[in-house]
Amino acid sequence: MTASMEFFKADVIVVGAGGAGLRAAIAVAESDPSLVVALLSKVYPMRSHTVSAEGGAAGVTRDDDSLDEHFHDTVAGGDWLCDQDVVDYFVAHCTGELVQLEHWGCPWSRKPDGHVNVRAFGGMKIERTWFAADVTGFHMLHTLFQTSTKYPSIRRFDEYFCSDLLVEDGRCQGVVAIEIATGNFVTLQAGAVVMATGGAGRVFRENTNGGIVTGDGMALAYRHGVPLCDMEFVQYHPTCMLGTGLLFTEACRGEGGFLLNKDGYRYLQDYGLGPASPEPRNKAMELGPRDRLSQAFWHEQKKGRTLATSRGEAVQLDLRHLGAKKLHERLPLICELAKDHLGIDPAQATIPVRPAVHYTMGGIRVDINAASQMPGLYAAGECASNGIHGANRLGSNSLVETLVFGKVAGLQAAAFSKTASLAPESTIRKQAADAQARALRLVTDPGKGDRVAALRGEMAQTMEDGCGIYRIGAELQSTCDKLADLKERYARVRVDDASNNWNTAWLLGLELGYQLDVAQAMAHSAMERRESRGSHQRLDGFTERDDSQYLRHTLAHHQAGGPPRIDYCPVTITRSPPGVRAYGAAGEAEEQKEQKVSGE
Amino acid sequence: MKLEVMRYLPESDPEPRHQVYEVPYSDTGSVLEALQYIKDELDPTLSFRWSCRMAICGSCGMNINGVPRLACRTFLREYFPGPVRIDALAHFPVERDLVISAADFIAKLESIKPYIIPRVERDVSEGEYLQTPLELEKFNQFTKCINCMLCYAACPQYGIDPAFLGPGVIALAHRYNADSRDGAAEERMGQLHAEEGLWSCTAVGYCSEVCPKDVDPANAVNQNKMASALDYFLRFVKPGDKS
Repeated sequence: MTASMEFFKADVIVVGAGGAGLRAAIAVAESDPSLVVALLSKVYPMRSHTVSAEGGAAGVTRDDDSLDEHFHDTVAGGDWLCDQDVVDYFVAHCTGELVQLEHWGCPWSRKPDGHVNVRAFGGMKIERTWFAADVTGFHMLHTLFQTSTKYPSIRRFDEYFCSDLLVEDGRCQGVVAIEIATGNFVTLQAGAVVMATGGAGRVFRENTNGGIVTGDGMALAYRHGVPLCDMEFVQYHPTCMLGTGLLFTEACRGEGGFLLNKDGYRYLQDYGLGPASPEPRNKAMELGPRDRLSQAFWHEQKKGRTLATSRGEAVQLDLRHLGAKKLHERLPLICELAKDHLGIDPAQATIPVRPAVHYTMGGIRVDINAASQMPGLYAAGECASNGIHGANRLGSNSLVETLVFGKVAGLQAAAFSKTASLAPESTIRKQAADAQARALRLVTDPGKGDRVAALRGEMAQTMEDGCGIYRIGAELQSTCDKLADLKERYARVRVDDASNNWNTAWLLGLELGYQLDVAQAMAHSAMERRESRGSHQRLDGFTERDDSQYLRHTLAHHQAGGPPRIDYCPVTITRSPPGVRAYGAAGEAEEQKEQKVSGE
Repeated sequence: MKLEVMRYLPESDPEPRHQVYEVPYSDTGSVLEALQYIKDELDPTLSFRWSCRMAICGSCGMNINGVPRLACRTFLREYFPGPVRIDALAHFPVERDLVISAADFIAKLESIKPYIIPRVERDVSEGEYLQTPLELEKFNQFTKCINCMLCYAACPQYGIDPAFLGPGVIALAHRYNADSRDGAAEERMGQLHAEEGLWSCTAVGYCSEVCPKDVDPANAVNQNKMASALDYFLRFVKPGDKS
């Protein structure tokens, strides 16, 4: 390795160029064209994982809908672990951001009168999910990327891998990155840094995520003392392809699809989501929230009512009654995936599906201004945890979150940067040189231990074993132990490539380091939460929600050489006291009861 | 099954070579999964781009048995019993192994103003622009391009003259020109008229054949040739009008 070091000064650095990163960069550029934005991404922006989001983005538009309804769906959907002030800000800004994207050219599906169309989605009481067929994330991402090219102040660093943050005077003042094509390093200095690096689903074995979703930004912030919040809350999406984990969008059910067990029975009615009506009903049956549906699968499997396939146990996603025309118009990608990978025409046959890891509710702890506890460091999108998703995210809230809080992060970072003094270049350069040496260690002084791929496989397996849909203390403990063992072996990991150009073996090694840190935060946070809430369900005596002890956010703090230290911070409750989280007929009864109370 | 994979490490290889790997066969296995198997189990030094695995991120374009395809959407069963030859995407400079330089494509994409320049300004507070399903239909197909660049690897003209704007970018320009919200078609047409624009296309149509998303860039090129010719003609019949 003959790595050099270049130096670049910007006003705001944005790490990650998916939905949140692009929106942040555009917000900076629009707020003040004189501010230089360095937009850095390990892939070309349009390859970012936002591209894979299928179903849609939530924003209240209908006359019979209200911000209040969106608020309540989100807070109850999150099992009251949501920060309600942030949810209020969020729902109030969703529609404006989606309209903004429309003005930038996003090809939203339309009604005959030319207005944007909306579809039903899980856990949402009224149709409010904007969509572009079943490739909504793809269209949002390309619209944002193409629009971003309009602003000369956005300087892109495409295919640069972020290897560290630069922290001076307790403030985040830059990043160190590797130009992937050459192996050269660059130091970027700025008054503020926005992390928009996405989730970490690849720490699990079976997942819907792209290969790049490795928790980079979470781990970097965490290593510099910023706590990761609510990391135990990992969303399983209930309808994924067996073997690959590829996603069949919730819009399949929003458009009226059924979930059947091996006997052709709509089993969700046995799990408090019924009654089963032939027409889709919002917040019932197949339109229940993701955590409940994934949990129902687990129980069906225990009861022996799932279908045995060559790739494991499955239930059936039945779209046949929607007809070929509607399927082709509304769910073309789903048809393509089923045909290519499974040889199935969804108009003719059911699709075998099972839950797979999809989304990390947790992330870098930030406030309503997207600010972390470290001055100068902001975060938005899946890598952040600002409290809107609580213990379970509703489908179509995360795409629009990237816009609403990407913009907030950009504006706040721009404002902060204007007042921030920069440390002398020599100080920053010295720090960067140290970071460079640390990143290079994997190739200049490679270990003789396990290969990266072997450790990664063991990590993904132990996360699935211990941190799955249902959790047991003893299993969580063995996952924690296993992760400690893996971290110890990672110190001697073998990277069999010392070349400069496109050394992906090296980058995979660095990513594995990020993943192990994030996995530890997840497993230890789960271990310490001795209750069941949303996507975190325990079977070992903590099967109920315990508001007296755990109506609070978990914070995982990095500790060098050991497991994270876990503590808690309060949840902001403004106007929705924790209630019974019910769906289907039970949910409707609960709602009527509440209305009666509030009417009295 | 045997995969003959193009290898090129610029630091040690004077020119590209091929290396043979034996990968496990399954009738649902994709070429991408086979490459991942090589990377994880046989040879960590093999480099290639990939991410989504579902033919939407556009990263894993490569020439498979000579045809530009997405590795994630190409299955070993199509080549049974093998071998399969995997090359970097044709017509692009190779940075290493199966990784090509996308810089030229990105620069061209940026050059055609790939964003709405509104026909009528509208504030966000006024809500969305109205656009009927029929108006959407006029450009929707051309929004589906995933920038995988397979059409460039298929385009004989781009192979001869890398200055040619190329099918994907012309389709993208057309996408904005045909959008009822946009008012800058004339601005973009200037570039499409230019020597390296539309008229370089020799109408082979292979670009549309290899497109994994049925964008049909050849159709975009043709529609614009019509528009371009008409535009050229109108310059003479409407003196004083610069358009």
